[in-house]
Amino acid sequence: MTGKSRIHRLANQAFFMGPTALFFATAILIPFAYGFYLTLTSITSPVSPVEFAGFANYAKAFQDKQFWDSMWLTLKYVGGTIAFVNAIGFALAFLVTSGMRGQNFFRTAFFTPNLIGGLMLGYIWQFIFVQSLPSVGEKLGIEALRLGWLGDEALAFWALVIVTIWKSAGYMMIIFIAGLIAVPRDVIEASTIDGAGPWRRLTRITLPLMVPAFVVTVFLTLKDAFMVYDLNYSLTEGGPYGSTKMVSMHVVQKAFVETNYGLGQSEAILLFVIVAVVTGLQVYFSKKWEVQA
Amino acid sequence: MPVRKMSSASLTLLPLLAAFVLFTFPFFLLIVNSFKSNGEILESPFALPQSVDLGRFADVVAKMNFLVTFKNTFVITSVSVFFILLFSAMTAHYLVRNPSRFANGFFALMVASMIIPFQSIMIPLVYIYGAKLHLIDTAPIPLLIALYIGFGSALSVFIYHGFVKSIPLELEEASFIDGCTPRQSFFKIVLPMLMPTSVTIAILNVLWIWNDYLLPSLVLVKEEVYTMPIKMKVFNGTYMNNWELLIPAILLTILPILIAYLFGQRFIIKGVMQGAIK
Repeated sequence: MTGKSRIHRLANQAFFMGPTALFFATAILIPFAYGFYLTLTSITSPVSPVEFAGFANYAKAFQDKQFWDSMWLTLKYVGGTIAFVNAIGFALAFLVTSGMRGQNFFRTAFFTPNLIGGLMLGYIWQFIFVQSLPSVGEKLGIEALRLGWLGDEALAFWALVIVTIWKSAGYMMIIFIAGLIAVPRDVIEASTIDGAGPWRRLTRITLPLMVPAFVVTVFLTLKDAFMVYDLNYSLTEGGPYGSTKMVSMHVVQKAFVETNYGLGQSEAILLFVIVAVVTGLQVYFSKKWEVQA
Repeated sequence: MPVRKMSSASLTLLPLLAAFVLFTFPFFLLIVNSFKSNGEILESPFALPQSVDLGRFADVVAKMNFLVTFKNTFVITSVSVFFILLFSAMTAHYLVRNPSRFANGFFALMVASMIIPFQSIMIPLVYIYGAKLHLIDTAPIPLLIALYIGFGSALSVFIYHGFVKSIPLELEEASFIDGCTPRQSFFKIVLPMLMPTSVTIAILNVLWIWNDYLLPSLVLVKEEVYTMPIKMKVFNGTYMNNWELLIPAILLTILPILIAYLFGQRFIIKGVMQGAIK
């Protein structure tokens, strides 16, 4: 290779990859790397001096009971949303691919909540939980509805789960539709000829062939649930009495409200490690489940 | 036979209709209550409004400074998405056509970065670009756009990467023989062919950037640069539980994207579907 063409090649590489590399580094790589450095310092606010503190922040993070409470709550929320969002998303996909008229209309309707950001979802459902349901409960004498759900420690958690289902089930439905369409018709027909009923077809043929779709939907629900903030903030603000404070909200408060950058960042890194381990395991194990059609 | 057909159809239709009511009911509540006074809302949140008065909307538009907030959100979203599309397509194409250990390593790094929670980046972000470089005070909107380009690029490069592989290499080779440079070949031949994927990627990015709250809440401190979610947060704090103002404000805030969906729903559903398969 001549020197000139080598320069050409480098210039092209810089032209095509440079902008992405620059913005990717600016937004993710540099802050992520710098974040590790911050955890090793005793920094508390943007203006406080940066002093090396070793692993003191991590030691404090491990002892921060509130952090682990919020992590445990987040894990429960992760489990609840994965189960319900995927089950309902799959059921919706199954219904809107049955071949009846007006399927597209229903698909459009079920996807609509995804257009709304988490913050707005929280406000919309605050109106439902605070204002609308209690008035129904009052009129019909249904005790469960008359309670303000957001004021009750156990019910507020389920309110969060319900709103998450409302938002995400339609998105997962779209992914499941893609998966259902990809199931080969001849396999289904062959099993019907062999005498398999609808339930057997679903559990023995369709679901096993849908594993790749489930890998994607479970991954997405998992990631969204671990990172939930906007909805949590606008629907319950972590209340009542901190009973719905998810880990993301805890980290934001630790860093910016209680001004403890080093500790907040250490807890954020612990969150990253947990998310990385959980998603890694999830993808690894669900890939093993995949079957070839 | 007709009896059986009937029952299997209703077996699908009934749950569909039930789900439809559950999924659209919040929108119904929002629309009917946006025309009511506080008294009417408290009295009967499910009833239709007694009169249709648009006065409250005008009031809310003024109080929210709606036009400025809308413009901010629009500019930030469209500029970010434009550059995400351009830069990600360039990078993905280059990575596919010029495989090397460096290129593969860079691609793997981008894919791996997708599991990093935003929470583990936000504190250093505020520290570096706020306290040290003062960009949050001096250039919040350009900073926010730059960050969105960075956050959006990983998934976008990933999706483009999958699609570029399906474009026949012969087309580009032919353009080289005709005298195109790699850049000309990309902009004249490849970029137009990537159009369907670009639509998908644009939709996925518009949806999250338009609605994002946490990042703008850290970067946009001054009122004149607020986006719609930030403004709504402030509005909610000011008019706590004053539903006759809050409900029209919520409706107005989500209306632009709902209208866009009304016109482009086929594209949007198809786009999300294609983005999901990749």
